[in-house]
Amino acid sequence: MSQVDGYNFAYLDEQTKRMIRRAILKAVAIPGYQVPFGGREMPLPHGWGTGGMQVTASVIGTEDRLKVIDQGADDTTNAISIRRFFARTTGVETTEKTADATLIQTRHRVPERPLENGQILIYQVPVPEPLRFIEARDSETRKMHALREYGAMQVKLYEDVARFGHIATSYDYPVMVNGRYMMTPSPIPKFDNPKLDRMPALQLFGAGFEKRIYAVPPYTEVKSLDFDDHPFEVQQWEGNCEICGSDHSFLDEVITDDAGSKMFVCSDTDYCRERLEAQSAVAEEVAL
Amino acid sequence: MYVAVKGGERAIDNAHALLAERRRGDRDIAELSVAQIQNQLPLAVDRVMTEGSVYDPELAALALKQASGDAVEAIFLLRAYRTTLPRFGYSEPLDSETMQIERRISGTFKDLPGGQTLGATYDYTHRLLDFTLLAEGEQPTKPDTDERPLEPCPRVLELLNKEGLIEQSPKDDSRPRDITREPVDYPAERAVRLQNLVRADEGFLLSLSYASMRGYGDSHPFAGEIRSGQVAIELVPEELGFPIVVGDIAMTECEMVNQFHGSKTEPPQFTRGYGVSFGYNERKAMTVALMERALRAEELGEAVNYPTQDQEFVLSHTDCVSANGFVSHLKLPHYVDFQSELEMIRRLRREAGEQPAHSQAEQAGEAAV
Repeated sequence: MSQVDGYNFAYLDEQTKRMIRRAILKAVAIPGYQVPFGGREMPLPHGWGTGGMQVTASVIGTEDRLKVIDQGADDTTNAISIRRFFARTTGVETTEKTADATLIQTRHRVPERPLENGQILIYQVPVPEPLRFIEARDSETRKMHALREYGAMQVKLYEDVARFGHIATSYDYPVMVNGRYMMTPSPIPKFDNPKLDRMPALQLFGAGFEKRIYAVPPYTEVKSLDFDDHPFEVQQWEGNCEICGSDHSFLDEVITDDAGSKMFVCSDTDYCRERLEAQSAVAEEVAL
Repeated sequence: MYVAVKGGERAIDNAHALLAERRRGDRDIAELSVAQIQNQLPLAVDRVMTEGSVYDPELAALALKQASGDAVEAIFLLRAYRTTLPRFGYSEPLDSETMQIERRISGTFKDLPGGQTLGATYDYTHRLLDFTLLAEGEQPTKPDTDERPLEPCPRVLELLNKEGLIEQSPKDDSRPRDITREPVDYPAERAVRLQNLVRADEGFLLSLSYASMRGYGDSHPFAGEIRSGQVAIELVPEELGFPIVVGDIAMTECEMVNQFHGSKTEPPQFTRGYGVSFGYNERKAMTVALMERALRAEELGEAVNYPTQDQEFVLSHTDCVSANGFVSHLKLPHYVDFQSELEMIRRLRREAGEQPAHSQAEQAGEAAV
């Protein structure tokens, strides 16, 4: 076990972890409600995952296997940086395999492979308040949540329908949790929203500089906002992933030359690898 | 052919090595020591200590060295160090009346008990580049030091207080909330606002207070008093039960006097704005005092017409570490969100492209009518 000298297991001191775990318990008890907590200053900048890191640091134990993704990929620089941080400060095993991970810290994506009960998905959240761009004041939005006064968001979505013929929010798409609190799923593409609904895994959300934690307990209803005559829908691509051929995963567009040619590939790199390995195994069997 | 982006780990290691090399610069030039920074760039050190919320000139100088002189990065380093420090206890409130005065000026009274002391200040220097420093030929003239014993220096605002011309400073002995341990709740009480302002980005506060004096805020202040010098820190250890001095710190304090036209319950009187900083950061102490007063608008029953008087606007955006973090996070990949937006924009444009024919028909219809 390699730990950094002079720092506690997972960097934060035990008192702080306990305070954060209390906030997490409260968040689990009131699904979708933003619990204020005494967010600490982390050695990474705000906006780079300090909220998710504090949650991870508070729940991680020596037996855990940690996976960190950013934009669906394990190999983006910030994911590497955060994975290294926990490898150094806890010495726990890290993995790129969704199936093997007990904790997954993520920025902007939900893994394609369905998660299981017992796994914990930890989202990095920049702005935890779904109503922030409608009402800038925290003192006001707190009241709106307390009174379940969410009409302003429905009006915003309606204005999209009136202008464009459909809702024009493509990521950070607001949801209702357990029929009570409006919640931002963090800036994941709306493509991922259906995965939040009744997910068997525990979902924790940490916003560092806004000092808020919220949660969706396993098997909780999460409904994306919509209208009866304009039901919620997700993005679709015309092509498939050019590496694994997937026709059902979120695809990143990659520009391949200076003439603007492009190709589409899975944003979830582990999912893509898994499919590719399964295909080559099948191909080998067929060859035999 | 697309090659999946791999090798981020090596890139990060190399980036760190490159950074260290650039920080060191030309190896033919002697390396800058932390002691040199601490002694010869003291105002930079003071800023880092004040916004970093740690009084430790050596560590602040180390942070400046490690950050290649970038104050915001140095403040961040010191903050990240501070967050892991255990709390041994709380000091007694500092008594700045007993300060070993090194500088004391008042913009409101020509003379006052204890007198005015100009001290070390850039105020009356003519800003002409001193080329002898470039030639490293500095020959500092020794200052005349006055060895007269120090007279007591009562705070200027207390002199006004005796006449009842200035508001009573509300007395509150409750332990202030620590904003580095607890989340802030709006509206925030005065102790929370002051903590926030002292840790605030100097440039942001300077510009906001400038705005408040230029008409975007109802500010007509006088610098009642600015004093800097050494102040003793006292702590009451539980096992002793009486205060003992644990050390001295250099600090600068500013008290602004502001007009107040009175309200239904209060006659016209002067009001206070208070500011403080570690070291000799006078600009910071003044801007804290100006903004502190501006943010009292609501509690004094004044109209809140400008962002400079708006607690939530000011206090949520003062912190240079947070502001820098959030702005710089735009450098992180946003492939997925951007892909979602691309898909949306293409779809909206496609639909808009289908519309002209429709609206042309409509116009034609109108023309026909």
